[in-house]
Amino acid sequence: MTANRKDLICGLVFVVIGLLFAVGTRDLDLGTATRMGPGYFPLVLAGLLVVTGLIIAARSFGQPDVEFGGIPWRAMLLIIPATIFFGYAVRGVGLLPAIFIVALAASFASRKMTVPLAFALSAVLAVFCSLVFVTGLGLPIPLFGPWVRFW
Amino acid sequence: MELLSNLALGLSTAAAPENIFYCFIGVLLGTLVGVLPGLGPTATTAMLLPITFVLPPTPALIMLAGIYYGAQYGGSTTAILINLPGESSSAVTSIDGYQMARQGRAGQALAAAAIGSFFAGTVATFVIALAAPPLTDIALEFGPPEYFSLVVLGLVCSVALAHGSVLKAIAMIVLGLMLGLVGTDIYTGTPRFTLDQLELADGINFVAVAAGVFGIAEIFRNMEDEHKREGVIAKVVSLWPTKEDWKRMIAPILRGTALGSALGVLPGGGAILASFAAYTIEKKVSRNPQEFGRGAIEGVAAPESANNAGAQTSFIPMLTLGIPANPVMALMIGAMIIQGIVPGPNVAREQPELFWGIIASMWLGNLMLIILNLPLIGIWVRLLQVPYHALFPAIIAFASIGVYSVNSNPFDLYSIALFGTLGWLLLKLDCEPAPLLLGFVLGPLLEEHLRRAMIISRGDPTIFINFSQRPISAVLLTLSAIALVAVLLPTVAKKRQEVFVEED
Repeated sequence: MTANRKDLICGLVFVVIGLLFAVGTRDLDLGTATRMGPGYFPLVLAGLLVVTGLIIAARSFGQPDVEFGGIPWRAMLLIIPATIFFGYAVRGVGLLPAIFIVALAASFASRKMTVPLAFALSAVLAVFCSLVFVTGLGLPIPLFGPWVRFW
Repeated sequence: MELLSNLALGLSTAAAPENIFYCFIGVLLGTLVGVLPGLGPTATTAMLLPITFVLPPTPALIMLAGIYYGAQYGGSTTAILINLPGESSSAVTSIDGYQMARQGRAGQALAAAAIGSFFAGTVATFVIALAAPPLTDIALEFGPPEYFSLVVLGLVCSVALAHGSVLKAIAMIVLGLMLGLVGTDIYTGTPRFTLDQLELADGINFVAVAAGVFGIAEIFRNMEDEHKREGVIAKVVSLWPTKEDWKRMIAPILRGTALGSALGVLPGGGAILASFAAYTIEKKVSRNPQEFGRGAIEGVAAPESANNAGAQTSFIPMLTLGIPANPVMALMIGAMIIQGIVPGPNVAREQPELFWGIIASMWLGNLMLIILNLPLIGIWVRLLQVPYHALFPAIIAFASIGVYSVNSNPFDLYSIALFGTLGWLLLKLDCEPAPLLLGFVLGPLLEEHLRRAMIISRGDPTIFINFSQRPISAVLLTLSAIALVAVLLPTVAKKRQEVFVEED
């Protein structure tokens, strides 16, 4: 018995998300159909997602299998922390260093990136973004934040 | 004659120096970013959205609209020259466009796309001007049941028009609807699904979802296998179509424009379906169908006209009803709300300058685009030579600043990371992201109108289908039911697959 791996995983992903949302409505008042509480509509949707997910998973059986393909580990391990770092630190270190670090970390997601290019690119981006967004558009973010301002 | 005075009002607004300037900046930036491989109109608009926040509403929305069709245009250039469509609506263009480019006729393909798009844009502007006022009048009569049914119809359409599995599209919509409900319940003030995070009280930031699902997820996708994507950039020798080309272009442009204008109004993927359908029709009616796939100019002119007409008319539901037909329109609605404008039928009544100004600016923007794209094509070709690995760090930097600047909320950056990963996983599992975004925007609306309608009817659900009391709602829901049953029927499902399979 073969199963289409992608469809099976897909269905299960939806089932899990649906169940998580259903659990999330536990503390919410359901109300009645006339006066729906905050939990009513989300619970209906969560149920619908679980059912749809189950149908997708069930229909994957008997289908020819397909390759799942590669997982870009390197890109994920660099880019995800980079964006999280930006959110966490942009107010502290300021826009210029934050962009430099994000771009530098993200650069190495590509295997074709070279060290000099990564540094050059990140520096250019940091200066460019500072000029456009802070000087030009007046976004209220300091160029250098309190964490790195020693003067 | 009201049409003419409205258009005159719009033109005088759009032609004001400030607005013309921002319209130009919009189409320029849109083309600039849209031409970069792997960036479609949605990601481009999401990234550039924050730039418009510093402007007053009218120039901001004019600029945003310019970014949208600029990006659309830029995407066609990429599709023709390196066979890498940014978003699915220009996927068909690359079939014959890239073949023409390989035969040394890249210039003619670009010209066909530009001329077709300009003509389609001009016609579509008039279609909007004609269709918007009556629709606005109808929309003013809408109560909660009508709005609920309209949103349902919109969601069903976006399922029907998504390519790929219907079930997956349904699941994506429902997931989007639920994610849209995260935040404070408007009736009771109860926090929902906020995981006790204060930052989530206002819900998940829509720009973060769009940038994650359309921007970051796409980067992950491209990083899966870096060796595959070295495309050869075609040279542009001469731009002018031959007499023979002109003769073969005219009818496809007309047909594409008509098809695109009609389908663009439909929520979900009107422009995508329009370009696929336009291509299929041209292949059917052509006297030399064997040329399709080998560089037929009709195969460029028709889908490009259709997709540009569709992109324009997709403004109709957004401007008149406040309901987005595609993810970019959802971003426009977000921008309106940030600007303090409540999207919906009242915009046309209360702010006619804004409303007609946007419509007229589309025509001006299209005019600028043809000038920007044909003579300046050399610049865009040079831009295409930038290798991807030097490009994506910039995308990440811009997306980070863009999303942060919406609310200065660090949490939104965590959302990008999360939705980038989720988006990649779902792309990998062959789920299209557009329905998720539409669901996300429409979720709160759907719930609000459902709850209000149920209170009005004292809990009687037949309010939605009672023809004598609520004819509009009943008709809308009947249409939704027919559409849903139709896409699930085996014969229609097969036909539907054929239309979307043309890509190969």
